[in-house]
Amino acid sequence: MSGPATRAPVIAITPELVADHGLSTDEYEQILEILGREPTFPELGVFSAMWSEHCGYKNSRPHLQTLPTEGPLVVQGPGENAGVIDAGDGWGVAFKIESHNHPSAVEPYQGAATGSGGILRDVFTMGARPIAILDSLHFGSLDSPRSRYLLDGVVRGVGDYGNCVGVPTVGGEAIFDPSYERNPIINVMCVGILRLDDLMRGKAEGVGNAVMAVGAKTGRDGIHGATFASVELDEGSDSRPQVQVGDPFTEKLLLEASLELIGRDLLVGIQDMGAAGLTSSGTEMAARSGSGIDIDVALVPVREPGMTPYEILLSESQERMLLVAKPGCETSVAEVLSKWDLEAAVVGRVTDDGFFRVRDGGQVVVEIPVQPLVNECPTYTREGVEDPEVRGLRELDIGEYSGPISDQEAADALLTLLDSPSLASCRWIYEQYDTTVGTNTVVGPGSDATVLRLADSGRGIAASLDCNGRYVYLQPRRGAKIAMAEAARNVACSGARPVAITNCLNFGNPLKPGTYYHFAEAVAGLGEGCRVLSTPVTGGNVSFYNETPDGAVYPTPVIGMIGLLEHLDRVVPSCFRTPGSAVLLVGETRDELGASEYLAACHGVVGGAPPQIDLEEARRLVDFLVEAADKRLVLSAHDCAEGGLAVALAECSLGGPDGPLAVEAQLETEAPAAAALFGESQSRVVLSCDPAKVEEVVALATEHGLPVAVIGSVGAPDGRFRLAAAGAQIDLDLDRIHDVYRSALPRRMEKQAGLTT
Amino acid sequence: MKIGIVRFPGSNCDQDCYRAVDEGIGAEAVYLWHKSHDLEGCHAILLPGGFSYGDHLRAGAIARFSPIMREVIAFARDGGPVLGICNGFQILCEAGLLPGALVRNDSLRFRSHPVRVRVERTDTPFTSKYDDGDVLRMPIAHGEGQYVADQRVIDALEGERRVIFRYVDELGQPAEEANPNGSVRNIAGICDEGRRVVGLMPHPERVVSKLLGTDGLGVFHSLIEFLQATGGTAKQVAEAGDGPGTEAAEAAEASTP
Repeated sequence: MSGPATRAPVIAITPELVADHGLSTDEYEQILEILGREPTFPELGVFSAMWSEHCGYKNSRPHLQTLPTEGPLVVQGPGENAGVIDAGDGWGVAFKIESHNHPSAVEPYQGAATGSGGILRDVFTMGARPIAILDSLHFGSLDSPRSRYLLDGVVRGVGDYGNCVGVPTVGGEAIFDPSYERNPIINVMCVGILRLDDLMRGKAEGVGNAVMAVGAKTGRDGIHGATFASVELDEGSDSRPQVQVGDPFTEKLLLEASLELIGRDLLVGIQDMGAAGLTSSGTEMAARSGSGIDIDVALVPVREPGMTPYEILLSESQERMLLVAKPGCETSVAEVLSKWDLEAAVVGRVTDDGFFRVRDGGQVVVEIPVQPLVNECPTYTREGVEDPEVRGLRELDIGEYSGPISDQEAADALLTLLDSPSLASCRWIYEQYDTTVGTNTVVGPGSDATVLRLADSGRGIAASLDCNGRYVYLQPRRGAKIAMAEAARNVACSGARPVAITNCLNFGNPLKPGTYYHFAEAVAGLGEGCRVLSTPVTGGNVSFYNETPDGAVYPTPVIGMIGLLEHLDRVVPSCFRTPGSAVLLVGETRDELGASEYLAACHGVVGGAPPQIDLEEARRLVDFLVEAADKRLVLSAHDCAEGGLAVALAECSLGGPDGPLAVEAQLETEAPAAAALFGESQSRVVLSCDPAKVEEVVALATEHGLPVAVIGSVGAPDGRFRLAAAGAQIDLDLDRIHDVYRSALPRRMEKQAGLTT
Repeated sequence: MKIGIVRFPGSNCDQDCYRAVDEGIGAEAVYLWHKSHDLEGCHAILLPGGFSYGDHLRAGAIARFSPIMREVIAFARDGGPVLGICNGFQILCEAGLLPGALVRNDSLRFRSHPVRVRVERTDTPFTSKYDDGDVLRMPIAHGEGQYVADQRVIDALEGERRVIFRYVDELGQPAEEANPNGSVRNIAGICDEGRRVVGLMPHPERVVSKLLGTDGLGVFHSLIEFLQATGGTAKQVAEAGDGPGTEAAEAAEASTP
């Protein structure tokens, strides 16, 4: 191997420099072997980025490979910019989730904004028009000024970006727990639709084809962001230079230009210059095609003079794409970009020698074989050991809490739970997001699942984001299975059949045995969930090192579930709509208070085992819900989750479009009062239906082997919320619980000086 | 009848407007590019919502200098019907075709939710199919939607009955709680002196289907009715009408470079 002989490395490659690039001695040895010589400084940077946790999945890959990725509807699985499923009639749905945790911890507005920008690009590079964004946000307690600052900045960042690009932000979740205090979890999922004929991939084929850099100019921002994402945040994490700055206006132009290029069939391949910028896009496109790529950094449009090859290769400036034009189409490509007032420059050519070769004018500064760089990132299988402290918490005896409670205690507990920011209305958040632009949002935020129109097909797409980190922390395999089952149930409540997932696995430092145990167990649980529910993984993201000197965040594998709805006019809302409807509870209520929001919010206890989960039962429940919707048997269906039956009923009562409706309900159960009202037994759904259809609903549930009970009825707009179970009765004024529920977030956020005026 | 929808860089409700015209009422819709000088014989112009030119400087401040706006201003001066929705309303104010300005919401936050607006006047090309006092449900989605103007202008708008839409509560009253952005007198939409140029902040184009609501359909049906009644080209429209609002048009012309 000759190597870039024209210029000796200007910067000496010392062991310190190697260590600063996050590479171990063994990894460096492997680099020497691949190259057959010492790397140049830019080459060291390229390896560092591509072999970072973020790009190389070095601690996760062995486990991720156990996840099912194939199914009859999967058109594109993991390994591309986004996953794609077949939605029928030539339509496809492209979707993917991405984390932007560390940037958001440092600079919440830009961190969240650029997270939205990146995931939008991942979807529209597939040839899909993005039609929705969902976000899963996990913060520390809102009692902390830092968490309020982060929430405010993140919501503005997600909102301003999506609002400007014109993609509605339509759903997701917001969870608050002290474990996320200094390391919030900011995951953004994008859903797009495409004609499958237009499906585009990140390929670099055809020797001699032009490689073009388009979009914004390359600047010095975010250099080595991928490596930044792969270390713990410490006291000195004032890492602003590694946080990028987003420009949604340019993104909108890039979106329209890219879809025009793809629609006019001018491209061989296209990829976002995301994490590790030009380096990852160039090498990954070549790797997928088994080709090589030859780039001259002197041709890349830059924002400022004097940028070195190292900087240009590793810049994470936003709103940039790398594309390969079809032969003879370079001029047409440039014309489209020019129409949208964007940069376009031919920066290189596709080759067939399998090398990622970078020149700086005449000099070769990088020459690395693509396959080992992209596909032979060293991977590690470690030994995971459960932390004894976690086991201790799980085995905590929580029996004393599940017993009888007075009516007053029950009422107070419900009010406390509805005031808990994790359970309260998210309206303060989603009213800052344009939820209806694009006129595809059939069911927006505040429901179990978002439902989107699939163009004019008459069918719908349902999407949901879910994860309860506390469950996963206390019992990772079970917690991950619950996250899968809940995501599927949410989608099915709308009437849609869950078909595939994307996941974002947010964990602490994998080098710590306790964290690694959490990771390995959680991935095993996800795999089981995917298999039983027939929802393969089409892509996702791993975010490790979500950890500060205070400890790791709760392990948080966020599931982004996609479902398909055959008849959009049979969509089922979450909340009660019609006074006089019968209220039913499907599923069994057990004595299960472990890991519950009730214990955490009302007793300050994190402990006990999460509720049991039977995936086969979860699957039967999904089948039942889809069939019930298709037969138009139910008026509403709502998942019974955190906060148990009492909170689920309250949500059904409070969340309707025309204001709250009264409820009168009574549950027959052997579970003690607190568990009956607030326990989080899985695979339960609150339904409402026309009283004349009760028999049919009960028969259908029974046919699917599901316990079902008529528990009450929906009342008038003015009235009371009444729920009795196991000797305790909650009897509260509707307006009172409504006030608590909707003011929980604004009460905490708007009073803060500096956030509003 | 051909309806032109202007696409500025950063427009993001252009496709919704197109669909409202094309599918909602089955009329011919065409896109007009911001760099163009040609209205392509359109009989009415829609300025859609979005973030034209990234809302740099001020919402609508740059869009009004784009080449197509010269033509739109001339078209409006000739009495051609022009509707500006959200960012389009902001552009019409910046262009001087409508008085007043739209500034940051009083909450200083972006606001997005359904609102109720009352139709105050039905004597415009965009409201004739409604009845006076009809209350419509439409979404708003804006950060700069607080309508402001000096007292003289407000008095003129009220006196000349040029307030076309007002935010109201479920009883149809312009209550303070029903005002999503602090707009003076709950103003959601106004027209020019000639009553052919209308701007509003809520999004009628998002509620033109059975699936998502139909309260906005009347805006587009009204336009078609108007065009059919007045017939033919913009010129003919102008002659058929009561005459253009020259003051605003002249002001716009004077401030156009």
